[in-house]
Amino acid sequence: MEIKIELPLTQDKVKALKAGDSCLLSGVMFTGRDAAHKRLFELIKEGKELPVNIKNSTFYFVGPTPKREGEAIGSAGPTTSYRMDAYSPSLIALGQTGMIGKGTRSDEVIKAMKAYGAVYFGAIGGCGALLSKCIKKCEVVAYEDLGTEAIHRLEVEDFPVVVVIDSEGNNLYKTGREAYLESLGEEK
Amino acid sequence: MREISTNRITETIKRLCIEANCKLPIDMKTCIEKSREAETFPTAQGILDKIIENYNIAEKETKPICQDTGAACIFVNIGQDVHINGNLTEAINEGVRQGYRDGFLRKSIVSDPLERVNTNDNTPAMIYYDIVEGDKIEITLAPKGFGSENMSRIKMLKPSDGVKGVIDFVVETVEKAGSNPCPPIVVGVGIGGTFDKCAYLAKKALLRDADSANPIPYYAELEDTLLTKINALGIGPQGFGGKTTALAVNIETMPTHIAGLPVAVNINCHVTRHVKEVI
Ligand code: SF4
Repeated sequence: MEIKIELPLTQDKVKALKAGDSCLLSGVMFTGRDAAHKRLFELIKEGKELPVNIKNSTFYFVGPTPKREGEAIGSAGPTTSYRMDAYSPSLIALGQTGMIGKGTRSDEVIKAMKAYGAVYFGAIGGCGALLSKCIKKCEVVAYEDLGTEAIHRLEVEDFPVVVVIDSEGNNLYKTGREAYLESLGEEK
Repeated sequence: MREISTNRITETIKRLCIEANCKLPIDMKTCIEKSREAETFPTAQGILDKIIENYNIAEKETKPICQDTGAACIFVNIGQDVHINGNLTEAINEGVRQGYRDGFLRKSIVSDPLERVNTNDNTPAMIYYDIVEGDKIEITLAPKGFGSENMSRIKMLKPSDGVKGVIDFVVETVEKAGSNPCPPIVVGVGIGGTFDKCAYLAKKALLRDADSANPIPYYAELEDTLLTKINALGIGPQGFGGKTTALAVNIETMPTHIAGLPVAVNINCHVTRHVKEVI
């Protein structure tokens, strides 16, 4: 069963989500990957104002392909998240509650997620054409010079994700694999 | 001497860039669909269904299968009886430039590895030239995503490490990669040569069809052994658990030095793209 969630992801929603939950997200999220994260991180270090409001925000780690006439966005699947590990704890400390990507996260990120309350979702890597169907609107809100790496504001509808790491630190990459290996034992 | 014009090469490369990125090759589709049938874990079945739905949408709408439309890796086998009227490398790069622009593909190349400014046209291509007999040019274009490229490794084993050393290193590499390279993956393994030739073999192994086998029975068997061991890890599609961690393991080998046993593992994802054309 998929859980429908309206963004922004407030703390009550964060707390209710558990690793392994399949969700359909609707509402507003921001894109950001390596270069944009680096810039945000530098602004935070210098104590300067950020170009987007981080409180209760969800960031989708993605660098879409260019769109054609009549499309909201090009292909738009997740990029590997560990490259954002150096920056995510600072954003989580500022109130970021959702991250969407693929792949493992560092202990520091998970520690921040537990301390401040945040969820790490996985979207299916390599399914950019399919996922783009759930993105209804896309506009650049910061760092236009970065091209595909600019921060875009997305409006999504029933965007499919799975909770990989919840705010208690439960991790589907561990439990999923264990569950599968256990299921083999049961067959024998 | 047969004359081939640079225009023809540019036109071919342009077309192949778009085709490779929007249409998954038949060997990959067959392999994914077979794995879906053999998969027993419900979460994994669901993900494989989505993967199949995704490449069908991409093909129907000529939309990139994945947003990482890759570094344009291009293998060019040039017949020694061919004459090209002009600058071949420039003709190839022009094809990439046009293909990535007109195909609405993502530009993912930075001009300097540390300064990191995007070239905005996905050039330069990563070109691998080879001189062969004949009067034709064979081009294989394989856009390579970096989520999986980043999980690749090379190791200079000792000859005494033998086949066990090779198996352990390959399986360990896949396990460390875990969910990062968008499993199910395709694993290219190079064994032998020198440090650099070995890495090249691993990349070349990814050009082979996913359902093909190494022509040497011993290595064909090793491919099967590795695939079985990898799929016993339980990582599964996207790392959420399941049987289907890898779709294929392809090994390429070459002679090496008495003191060495280089092994390279080039990881690719379920969006393993490759198209070939002979001019
Ligand atoms: S690893 Fe492959 S499927 Fe995943 S984002 Fe990169 S190119 Fe796409």
